[in-house]
Amino acid sequence: MGFYFVQFLTGLASASALFLVASGLSIIFGVTRIVNFAHGAFYMLGAYIAFTLTERLSGAFGFWGGILIAALAVAVIGVIVEMLLLRRIYSSPELFQLLATFGLTLMVEDLVVLIWGPDDLLGRRAPGFRGAVEMFGQNVPSYDLFMIVLGPVVLGILWLLFHRTRWGILVRAATQDRDMVAALGVNQKWLFTSVFGAGVFLAALGGALQIPRDAVHHALDLRIIVEVFVVVVIGGLGSITGAFVAAVLVAELNAFGILILPKVSIVLVFLVMAVVLIVRPYGLFGKPEAVARKTPGLSVRPWAPFTRNERIACLVGVALAALLPLVAGNYALTVGAEIAIFVIFAASLHFLMSVGGLASFGHAAYFGLGAYGVAFLAKLAGLPMILCLALGPLLGLAGAAIFGFFAVQLSGVYFAMLTLAFAQIVWSIAFQWVPVTGGDNGILGIWPEQWAAGPARFYWLSLGIAVAVVSILRIIVFSPFGYALRGTRDSLLRSESIGIDAKRIQWTAFVIAGTAAGIGGSLFAYLKGSVFPDNIGIGLSVDALVMVLLGGVETVSGAVIGAIVFKALSIWLVSQTDWSKLILGGVIVLIVVAFPKGIVGMIETWRHSWRARSDAPSAKPAGLAASQPEGAE
Amino acid sequence: MKLEAKLEVSGLNSFYGQAHILYDVALGVGAGEVVALLGRNGAGKSTTFRSIVGLVAQREGQILFEGQEVAREPTYAIVRKGLGYVPEERRIFTDLTVEENLEVGRQPRRDNAAYWTTEKLFTLFPNLGEMRNRPGGRMSGGEQQMLTIARTLMGNPSLVLLDEPSEGLSPKIVEQMANAILTMKKEGVSILLSEQNLHFARLISDRAYIMERGRIRFSGTMAELEARPDVRDQYLAV
Repeated sequence: MGFYFVQFLTGLASASALFLVASGLSIIFGVTRIVNFAHGAFYMLGAYIAFTLTERLSGAFGFWGGILIAALAVAVIGVIVEMLLLRRIYSSPELFQLLATFGLTLMVEDLVVLIWGPDDLLGRRAPGFRGAVEMFGQNVPSYDLFMIVLGPVVLGILWLLFHRTRWGILVRAATQDRDMVAALGVNQKWLFTSVFGAGVFLAALGGALQIPRDAVHHALDLRIIVEVFVVVVIGGLGSITGAFVAAVLVAELNAFGILILPKVSIVLVFLVMAVVLIVRPYGLFGKPEAVARKTPGLSVRPWAPFTRNERIACLVGVALAALLPLVAGNYALTVGAEIAIFVIFAASLHFLMSVGGLASFGHAAYFGLGAYGVAFLAKLAGLPMILCLALGPLLGLAGAAIFGFFAVQLSGVYFAMLTLAFAQIVWSIAFQWVPVTGGDNGILGIWPEQWAAGPARFYWLSLGIAVAVVSILRIIVFSPFGYALRGTRDSLLRSESIGIDAKRIQWTAFVIAGTAAGIGGSLFAYLKGSVFPDNIGIGLSVDALVMVLLGGVETVSGAVIGAIVFKALSIWLVSQTDWSKLILGGVIVLIVVAFPKGIVGMIETWRHSWRARSDAPSAKPAGLAASQPEGAE
Repeated sequence: MKLEAKLEVSGLNSFYGQAHILYDVALGVGAGEVVALLGRNGAGKSTTFRSIVGLVAQREGQILFEGQEVAREPTYAIVRKGLGYVPEERRIFTDLTVEENLEVGRQPRRDNAAYWTTEKLFTLFPNLGEMRNRPGGRMSGGEQQMLTIARTLMGNPSLVLLDEPSEGLSPKIVEQMANAILTMKKEGVSILLSEQNLHFARLISDRAYIMERGRIRFSGTMAELEARPDVRDQYLAV
């Protein structure tokens, strides 16, 4: 009994830290609509800076002052990031800010190692809270009790801030309708900056307060960010109370999951999140997202199939790629095959995101399922390679069919989070079901047969399949099904009112994308000769998102270029430098600022403006010939 | 009688993507005037308002507010100069109480414009005074419409753009609305309102413009419009 009670208290103490970080993420998302992936990095920075300050400054004031100064310093960094980086990209496509904050996260991960070194750092104990209190015959660290009290206190302070100050009222108003707040004379710029600073302060404070409980290390950011996403989504985006309740729920699930159900402890939280989202699509305390007010006719150039010249250009590109084995060595061909595989993976997510408007944060699940499908068929059933390649992706299809059915009931960030939860569920099955999947050791020895063995042959195989998959996806975009899917993306209500079964169309798209990802995964298993739980991990899902956003989400097939650039760059950087994440993150941030429409989107804009200039010398916007305004209001 | 000009718009062209919506719109509002912008659904009235306050990004032309060019300013800066905007869809903050909604609109006192406090607004709209702590989401359409006007008045504007204030309201509320607008006029607030309801516009306006297909088709006093049944039939009759 006493043991369980203490476990419960430990859970509550963790919940407080989780709540601090989650409430920050929640208010930032509420007002700026930015899914701040760097929130975990700010948390980690708070912990590192607090570690240094509490080591240098002495006495009780030194400790508590150090914690506070660390949080404030990180908040200042956050404000600078908001002003220099995020302000430039608020008008970019949704999720582009996610790419920018992801780039920042990569940079911070390398920077903390550069500054503080790769080893775990153990922080000072908190003055006044060094000992333990005995309860039911068990020792409870008094710092845990401090944290347990702190959580509700911060909740109370935030409540007063949001209900009793003008700033708080403006923040709540902007969470609902930020354009209207501007139309009442409020300068959004400073509101956004202050909200971002406040949110980052909470994250850094959460990190700084953890140093007496936990070692500081350079992987803290990813560990916390996933948990915090889960908390915010279960609680309901933008709801502080929701974040508190969900933080307690998640922390207690973690605390007791290990005791009661050790086999499924990792998956438990994600299972709960999936159930919450299916039962209450906007989280426990969330409200339906206000429909984004899109300017009609924003996509200036409708998508068009390739012209004859563009087709020829693509054929020339593919032909050149096919000639690579004549000039390149084995290493380059292996890299080439990997890039081709990631083109398939990125194109499949791009199809879902840009054509279907469904941004999945867990697309690696279907890639990984395809890989495991091949591994099972090749190792357990001993099927020939050609059959494995044909049947392996079916596991991806099956996964997409099951999870997709639930996922498409939601939209926007909630869709993204549910797909993330499903991917984590698949990941933890692969990780924890050791007898079947080999767990962390993976399944080894999946090698291609003679006809596909050797770097050049495997490269050609991968390239051929990549070309086929991308072509088929393009054909689908311009098919009646593609039109219907774009209809559901642009207006769910209108498409349903003209008789389109929107959910079914989206489900089908999800299955198509999952199957295509599975095809990529199947090839990947043969490329590496093995499969691991990492093939399903969050890292891979995020990579796919980055490739899509880098290419340009408003293009038809931008992800192809995005995948080539991202994959080639990251492989090359890893081989060239120890600080590949720092450079890659910096490059991503630069690209975000320089090419707010993605690489392909930018090229299309240039081509278009060049063409418009050569067509008509007038400086007026293109397409003014159509002079019949319809639905002018 | 030549009034001091509050607002002078000329050569206003607006676009949504490729669609050209407004064509060389020109209109003006004098100090203390109530001017109606009439036209059918889709004529471009709301787009004109949204363009004036900078909510339509793609626009060209001159917008003079109190003699000052504001076309390049961001929305919040235009509004802070004293140009209030009441959108057609009301856009009440449903999670916020009546008083909190008003707080969002509050701006410092202005020398050349009437000064509004919550108490003064609760006299103008007595219904609102009875529900100070009610969330905006639990109010009727008419109450929301009053709240959205009151919220804009908290900014102490010298000119208010009122987008279809009578739309979807019961006759009794429309009457209250007309009285409120006349009180605002008495306080010295200039008003540009868009309307489809000629009867309502007639009650309160000094002058009128008529829009059709993104262009101004008629401009004159209410009396001049009375004398032109042909214009009314062509541009306003449904």
